[in-house]
Amino acid sequence: MTKEAQVKKMTDMMAKFVGFTGIKLPDDVIAKLEELRAKEDSPMAKVIYDTMFRNQELAVKLNRPSCQDTGVLQFWVKCGTGFPLINELEGLLKDAVVQATFSTPLRHNSVETFDEYNTGKNVGKGTPTVWWDIVPNWDGCEIYTYMAGGGCTLPGNATVLMPGEGYEGVTKFVLDRMTSYGLNACPPLLVGVGVATSVETAALLSKKALMRPIGSHNENERAAKMEKLLEDGINAIGLGPQGMGGNYSVMGVHIENTARHPSAIGVAVNVGCWSHRRGHIIFDKDLNYTITSHTGCEL
Amino acid sequence: MVEMRDGKKVLVTPVSAEDLKDIHIGDIIYLDGSLTTCRDVAHRRVVEEGREIPVDVRNNAILHAGPIIRPLEDDKFEMVSVGPTTSMRMEKFEYEFVKTTGVRVIVGKGGMKENTANACKDFGCIHCVIPAGNAVVAAVCVEEIVRAEWRDLGMPETLWNCRVKEFGPLIVSIDAEGRNYFEEKKVEYNKKKDEQIELISKQVGFIK
Repeated sequence: MTKEAQVKKMTDMMAKFVGFTGIKLPDDVIAKLEELRAKEDSPMAKVIYDTMFRNQELAVKLNRPSCQDTGVLQFWVKCGTGFPLINELEGLLKDAVVQATFSTPLRHNSVETFDEYNTGKNVGKGTPTVWWDIVPNWDGCEIYTYMAGGGCTLPGNATVLMPGEGYEGVTKFVLDRMTSYGLNACPPLLVGVGVATSVETAALLSKKALMRPIGSHNENERAAKMEKLLEDGINAIGLGPQGMGGNYSVMGVHIENTARHPSAIGVAVNVGCWSHRRGHIIFDKDLNYTITSHTGCEL
Repeated sequence: MVEMRDGKKVLVTPVSAEDLKDIHIGDIIYLDGSLTTCRDVAHRRVVEEGREIPVDVRNNAILHAGPIIRPLEDDKFEMVSVGPTTSMRMEKFEYEFVKTTGVRVIVGKGGMKENTANACKDFGCIHCVIPAGNAVVAAVCVEEIVRAEWRDLGMPETLWNCRVKEFGPLIVSIDAEGRNYFEEKKVEYNKKKDEQIELISKQVGFIK
């Protein structure tokens, strides 16, 4: 296959995959929502969950985006240095977003800042966002796709705490955000927390944490313990579906961490809404693909 | 007008202040009739710029939303996906907006505050939540897009005037007495939050 044909093939596949992730939620999210739905007993919570599940069925049946806010596309790329399309990747992801915008269709969600106009194509200066991890001596490429909707982007927040505030301060920072902004961000939420050394390191980790499968834990024992404490604590607040009250508030809490400066604790929180449209696809050098997030998805 | 249909309470536009008297926070209702999407910039135009809203929403409903629309032939449009956006963004404009336009039903996502609650009480209006993220459920309740105004604002912000049938479920979050479901819930949430912060803090003293 020529380079041009390869680029076209991968562009088409990514456009289809992006479109698909807007229509059907990933397996782990569906499973978690089913679990939480069964544990709610108030009539209002039941009506809301019934609506959510009917919506997901209708979206697949009518082949339409399940939520109208298909977000700004974000791609978390882990690319091998030997992947044949490494040079073309960022450009082709942009093209794939334009293609999906018209074929799916996706809502137009890229407004150029300062000039303040909507490009109408979902791409603009720096959008879609692509984060790179380069993997030496590998010829494959792994991509997480994420539709970052406006509603669940709003609660995002980062700060730097003094060490005296400790992990107690981290707890307060996260929980305060849940009752001020979280309840409007379409609970049950997936909560990502970054604990690092400054605002930008913590912020990036807090979003990256949302790419982890639901039910996974931080490999550090204390961090995993804190994930569980925060999960139980936010659930006990009882936000329920749509923040209107219920027995549960979150699908999970994921913490990602790095070492920190002795004088600072960078902390950030990011949330994903119940309609957590995350996809995960891995390509080999011949562009054979494996999708781990959605069973039964064929491109 | 209020109709009971298969156990469902359905508000039919035009809606009068009288129609809203027996509707209270936490009730689940549905809507028939005229519903117009209206969000950030449209509110700003009406309230700050003093422009006349080109779709008459008096005694009708608005929806805080930015839909996905497919253009059809002859200046017609299809509603593909439509769901509510965060209502709180419109809070600073909503008192004046309700006063100026005479809208009776505001549908959106999440709570609003005293500006909107005062408008509901003073002018006879309610705010409802349609469970968000359910854009296909909502889209199939749209029978027709009747008009599209202020198209210069782009797809999400255009005023899409729709004729809807049993649009919902709508959960009443502010009623015409000015009671506010979310603000009442928030008191409860914040109390529990403070308890949890104390409880967790005892177990995360990792810096020693």
